[in-house]
Amino acid sequence: MIELLTPYAIQVAFIVLKILLIIVPLLIGVAYLTYAERKVMAAMQLRQGPNMVGPFGLLQPFADGLKLFSKETILPDMANKPIFVLAPILTFLLSLMAWAVIPFGELFGKTLLLSNINVGILYLFAVSSLGVYGILMAGWASNSRYAFLGGLRSAAQMVSYEVSIGFVMVTVLLTTGSLNLTEIVMAERPFWVSVMLFPMFIVFIISILAETNRTPFDLPEGESELVGGYNVEYSSMTFALFFLGEYANMILMSAITVILFMGGWLPPFGIESVLIDWVPGIVWFGLKICMILFIFLWSRATLPRYRYDQLMRLGWKVFLPFSLVWVVLVAGVLLATDSLPV
Amino acid sequence: MIISTIVFYALAGVLILSSMMVITSKNPVHSVLFLILAFFNAAGLCVLLGAEFIAMLLVIVYVGAVAVLFLFVVMMLDINFKDLQSGFKKYMSVGGLVGGILLAELIVIYSSWSFSKSAPENIKFKTPDITELSNTEALGRILYTDNLFLFQIAGLILLVAMIGAITLTLRTRDGVMKQDVSDQVNRKREDVVKIVKVETGTGVA
Repeated sequence: MIELLTPYAIQVAFIVLKILLIIVPLLIGVAYLTYAERKVMAAMQLRQGPNMVGPFGLLQPFADGLKLFSKETILPDMANKPIFVLAPILTFLLSLMAWAVIPFGELFGKTLLLSNINVGILYLFAVSSLGVYGILMAGWASNSRYAFLGGLRSAAQMVSYEVSIGFVMVTVLLTTGSLNLTEIVMAERPFWVSVMLFPMFIVFIISILAETNRTPFDLPEGESELVGGYNVEYSSMTFALFFLGEYANMILMSAITVILFMGGWLPPFGIESVLIDWVPGIVWFGLKICMILFIFLWSRATLPRYRYDQLMRLGWKVFLPFSLVWVVLVAGVLLATDSLPV
Repeated sequence: MIISTIVFYALAGVLILSSMMVITSKNPVHSVLFLILAFFNAAGLCVLLGAEFIAMLLVIVYVGAVAVLFLFVVMMLDINFKDLQSGFKKYMSVGGLVGGILLAELIVIYSSWSFSKSAPENIKFKTPDITELSNTEALGRILYTDNLFLFQIAGLILLVAMIGAITLTLRTRDGVMKQDVSDQVNRKREDVVKIVKVETGTGVA
């Protein structure tokens, strides 16, 4: 039995190492995303932002994390305890699960990713559509009106905007001819096709703001009416898991945007020059993700919150018809000009 | 080989257990959550079979959309569990009888069921070799190339059903305050604001 399992053990150890290589930088990224958020917002509002812990306040996210660690986890008496505990775990787990298929770059002719599956984009769509469960379960299990209303709002919002995200993905797939993320990045499109995808890029950016419950669509946690939304009863580590999940999801959605629209780890605008050839792909990938993340922070600091009926109207009556028409249009133009990928 | 066998039994075991829990758990929200777990394990079994596209569709359609609506509705219902359980003994005998008959029929069918020897040759669309053709492409060829018209007709039937459901539930009520966005945008200052010079001690007529 032991001889039989030894090769597997080595494989498993190798995979665990790879997973750690993805998750640890991701969590550090999440920590510094919260720091960046506070600094960027502070700069936009002419404040200093965190500047006390460490040089320029660089250790602030770890101080916050330690504070959350040392607090007491409170389980409300009336809560449905198993689901109450499961909800944050699920949210956090799902935000990490999706990273299994994200290609980070290319090194010595090999793509850096955990698993290269044929239906990568569907996997991402499936995992992101599961995110709603964590929130719905948290809202219900808390047995509190505020949490429940926040959970319901969030579920309705995420389901609505998933539809247009799906159509945007379909449009991109039409131009790449593959569901594999690496092939989507490497796909060569003529310039006019990229121009046709630009409106979808805008729709996608706005939809991922809604999908991750960020301003201007952060109604699930609308402080003024719902105290704190679905996570109002959570404290300490359970709260921290929601928080980490939300920010990891932001990074994930930015990564998906970069892969679908911005050429992944390839240099921007298809520049090929000796000057930038030495830059590893993963650096470009990271820089592009930071650019999209900046849009998240920028909109948080500048835009007021949407009204709920306007949010639903935008999702169902503007984005859905528009993206539906655009899918047909792009497909028709590609077919007419005979430029569909084989 | 060992690993996939272990994974198969794990997935299948959790699938059976969770589908048992769907019908036995007392809280309907727990039932829906177990149903989701069951879908998930079924998707896992599909992946094990190499049917990755079907697995992802199962998760996206059933777990990501249908079950969310289930959960949504069940969570908002205020169900009295005592009332639900009170009729259990009354209906136990009838339910047990129907279940027993169905089980007996299934046993009879499966014990006498056998494939004819020529059955494999009669399959119209054979499963293509997984190393040559990806899942997505194989399904796409059957649906969109070989059987395009049947597929389109199926879609039309669904469309008709959808329109039917909408017309059945659509009702127009009087006295509903409806928002018209173009009206709101086109509102002008002159239409709504009137500046009145009020003399002291007279008020506005």
